[in-house]
Amino acid sequence: MPLTREQVEKVSLLARLRLAPEELATMTAQLDAIVGYVEQLAELDTTAVEPMAHAVEQTNVFRPDEVRASFDRAEMLAGAPKADGQFYLVPAVLGD
Amino acid sequence: MSEPYAIVIGLEVHVQLLTASKLFCGCSTKFGAPPNTQTCPICTGMPGTLPVMNRRAFELALQAAVALDCQIAPFTKWDRKQYYYPDLPKGYQISQYDLPFSHGGHLTISDAKGRFEAKQVGIIRVHLEEDAGKSVHDEQAGEADSRIDLNRAGTPLLEIVSQPDMRSPAEAKAYLDELKLLLVYLGVSDCNMQEGSLRVDANVNLHIAGAGGEKIATPIVEVKNMNSFRAVERALAYEADRQFEVWRETGRKLGDVPKQTRGWDDAADITRGQRHKEESSDYRYFPDPDLVPVTVSAKQVEEVRAALGELPAALRRRLETTYGITPYDSDVLVNQGQELVTYYVELAEASGDGKMAANWVQQDVLRTLNEQGASIGAFPIRPPQLAELLQKVRAGEVDTTRGREVFAAMLASGRSAAEAMRALGIEQVDESQLVELCRQLVAANPKLVADVKAGKLQAAGAFIGQAKKLNANVNPNRVREICLELIAKG
Amino acid sequence: MSVLELSARRLLDEMAAGRLTAVEVTQAYLDQIGRHDRDVGAFLRVDAEGAIAKASDVDERRRAGRPVGRLGGVPVAVKDILASRGELVTCASRTLEHFRAPYDATVIAKLKAADAVLIGRTNLDEFAMGGSTENSALQTTRNPWDLSRIPGGSSGGSAAAVAARMAPLAIGTDTGGSIREPAGLCGVTGMKPTYGVVSRFGLVAFASSLDQVGPLATSAEDAALLLEAIAGHDRADSTSVDAPVPPYSEWIGQPLEDLTLGLVREHFGPGLDAEVERAVREAVRVYESLGAKVKEVSLPHSKYCVATYYIIAPCEASSNLARYDGAHYGHRTDEKAMLAERDAERRHLESSGETAAVDELDTALVRMYRRSRSEGFGAEVKRRIMLGTYALSAGYYDAYYLKALKVRRLIRRDFDKAFDDVDLIAGPTTAAPAFKIGEKVDDPLAMYLVDLYTVSANLAGIGGISIPCGFTAAGLPIGLQLQAPPLEEDRLLRAAHMFQQATDWHTRRPPL
Repeated sequence: MPLTREQVEKVSLLARLRLAPEELATMTAQLDAIVGYVEQLAELDTTAVEPMAHAVEQTNVFRPDEVRASFDRAEMLAGAPKADGQFYLVPAVLGD
Repeated sequence: MSEPYAIVIGLEVHVQLLTASKLFCGCSTKFGAPPNTQTCPICTGMPGTLPVMNRRAFELALQAAVALDCQIAPFTKWDRKQYYYPDLPKGYQISQYDLPFSHGGHLTISDAKGRFEAKQVGIIRVHLEEDAGKSVHDEQAGEADSRIDLNRAGTPLLEIVSQPDMRSPAEAKAYLDELKLLLVYLGVSDCNMQEGSLRVDANVNLHIAGAGGEKIATPIVEVKNMNSFRAVERALAYEADRQFEVWRETGRKLGDVPKQTRGWDDAADITRGQRHKEESSDYRYFPDPDLVPVTVSAKQVEEVRAALGELPAALRRRLETTYGITPYDSDVLVNQGQELVTYYVELAEASGDGKMAANWVQQDVLRTLNEQGASIGAFPIRPPQLAELLQKVRAGEVDTTRGREVFAAMLASGRSAAEAMRALGIEQVDESQLVELCRQLVAANPKLVADVKAGKLQAAGAFIGQAKKLNANVNPNRVREICLELIAKG
Repeated sequence: MSVLELSARRLLDEMAAGRLTAVEVTQAYLDQIGRHDRDVGAFLRVDAEGAIAKASDVDERRRAGRPVGRLGGVPVAVKDILASRGELVTCASRTLEHFRAPYDATVIAKLKAADAVLIGRTNLDEFAMGGSTENSALQTTRNPWDLSRIPGGSSGGSAAAVAARMAPLAIGTDTGGSIREPAGLCGVTGMKPTYGVVSRFGLVAFASSLDQVGPLATSAEDAALLLEAIAGHDRADSTSVDAPVPPYSEWIGQPLEDLTLGLVREHFGPGLDAEVERAVREAVRVYESLGAKVKEVSLPHSKYCVATYYIIAPCEASSNLARYDGAHYGHRTDEKAMLAERDAERRHLESSGETAAVDELDTALVRMYRRSRSEGFGAEVKRRIMLGTYALSAGYYDAYYLKALKVRRLIRRDFDKAFDDVDLIAGPTTAAPAFKIGEKVDDPLAMYLVDLYTVSANLAGIGGISIPCGFTAAGLPIGLQLQAPPLEEDRLLRAAHMFQQATDWHTRRPPL
């Protein structure tokens, strides 16, 4: 089933991207080609296969519950696009 | 049931685990620090940083799940729950999705006042996840910016999801009380709601009996923003009424409309619908490639279980059977926490009267603690000293009313019961002295004597008052008994 | 002999013997960068001042007989995707163009501790997504062997820098071939270690379960030196392998006895360039002349590797790159313009009577996110974010992501089975030599197929190395890829070294 423009538009909102109309057309065609290609995996029977999420399958890696000095606030906020010396500032979160 | 419906309630509780450091980095979890002073590149999701799990957080989570009789999964993994919000700096929350570390437990709730039958509330799952930061928005400011504090981001949280097993706001409240008590006893969380270390969301709908006797379920509503257990009770009661009204107006059933989220407005005493975009609930969970799975053996689970110690439910039963106190009393005592129970047990043992000890602890000790805002650990009258007073009351050396004066004096002066009594001039009045005193009173009050003879036995109370004026140490019960005897003899 | 012709190993010996100073070495490389990087464009930033300061410090300590780290005074170029405290780390992206990391990546901390001279930051495909370095938002990097061609990618800057002898050693990262492919196309030695051998802490993530840091150098011997300096268990990386680091550079001279090489049947089919095939087969004959046996092996799921990769990598990437939303760091859109745009849209809807649609307009916050991200990311990054977001969205997870994880295991099993019979797998690094800049930019799928021979090592988590094994008639380098079972980096390096003792392809220098 080919990808539709509407689907791609919906995904762009989920991904918090915005595509101009001509970008949307190109993206739809390109994604459709890629998705068409990756769909060849469907021909493999994988019912009895355990998924492999990690390249090296280790377990139980922990750190001790020890407090380490936090970073200086000024240093943390130095890279913020907008801050008031105490907080990060973002457009109003209300209504979202 | 008076209502024409049953309320069906499931609760989702988040508690902050009592770790010193955050779930994935070494930043402190201490409450109340100035904004953005407890952060580092890891908990703020700076490019290139990686999480490493706090061992203590996992251990605490395991204790809680075992105490809730959950099945512990031999293999558990960590997933990313993805959504955009400025208090979530990575754009995803590290949580658990399809393989939580535990599931299928239960918690028994009961009501000491007997408003509902004791019952088991099922626990669907308990899982570990990280908290988000905090966004502050001044509503008055309108268009102005929101302010983001990431101190809380990455704090370890336990999410405990119950089955929809509760059938009244009172049951929901009892579940929360019992859960909080259990977690505080375990030392898993301080469950301080004011500081946000316990948060509750409720899923609620109604089961209504239809005209043909069939069961009609109304759409499920998720209620948020309840900032106290009282608020939970009130919000649920409100929501039940509201849903019934909506059903009567619209006839909408479960499945007819998408799940709605409503926020509790404490000041207005109502819930309000929250705007919810359709796309926002597609969380695109997938296993976090930066964290490795955790395996837990059956042996480990048994070790955790063995180390849990006595949990509140067992403790209540022990107090009831050992000291003969009522379920109500054991409930009050146990609800006060481990330290107070220890105090009570020492007092009951030393005084030899569990019931009397329960009364004194509840009425006198707890009242004083409440007034002073103090904790039992710092309470100046220790169990052996209070036991001495209780024994004197029991032996009739001092009556309960004057005993309270002694208690106050002990508290104020730090004296022992005997010393305090001496200082108050309390000593036992000799029986012959007492009889002589009563004889004088009977002789001097012919009107009272006549009343008593006429059957007004309560008139004898007046003799006690007069006797106390003459000698504060008289035992009021004896005064009454002797006076009545003398009058009867005539 | 000029400094630029000496290996890193030799430079260390010469400096230790007092015949060269670190400042002389560093200056020689800075001069070479000055001569050629205008044409090649390998470096995004060159830190001449910092490099000379570090070199002087190393020289002073050497003179005073004080301890010096294992790479004391050797220049190292670093792909601009590893965090270094107080310095820019752009990932060749507009979104991080001005971002300074407040901490050191473990690899950077190790290089600093080893007294390497961090000479500059190299170009890459934006966030390491690509195989040509054309996806850099900041600059074009050219192949030193033919300036009209791509250097490969994503570590194209690092490979080009080493090829042009603008650095003796360089750090790259490899998610689907991003070290080996540019190494092959630029005629240098590049290695992707087993996943977990080098810490990822401070490596800006593209696809976390595939990303791995590794060395680029002119020889396997030098690659061994650099790997030794950066490898090792790291408590800050949960996926780091807890195993001791073998003394690779010490052991590298020992030839492998009874070596059996496997040739993958599926790697020699249609699509493989004839010149590349000839060079690779000739390289295999070199091994045979050194006593190696050769066997054909099969990796039956080879044809599914690229599809598997282009599900897993974009899924992880879509999540890893969610953080670049303009809220806490990085690029944020112009807020005045953003609000003006919203107001204009609102007015337009109201004037055309579509008042209901006003509620559907993006809020200021969502608008900030969408504008910031769309301005900050290039086309390829957006494509992969879109692909990953789609594949993970409700209803598609099982068909794409979960399916790919299962095929990933089948791919790993293919390798395990093959390694029952052979010690190493040998084959081409790429199917064809470097292509022209701009040749494939409009066909992302064709671009993805360039990774055909390299992605499987990342999916399986095993190590691989690319070494020069010849040139095309047009003078373009050809790479031989060797792959080994997990944690057999030592075997890879020794096998590569054996080859380089018998051939001189790796000593050829581009005609700049």
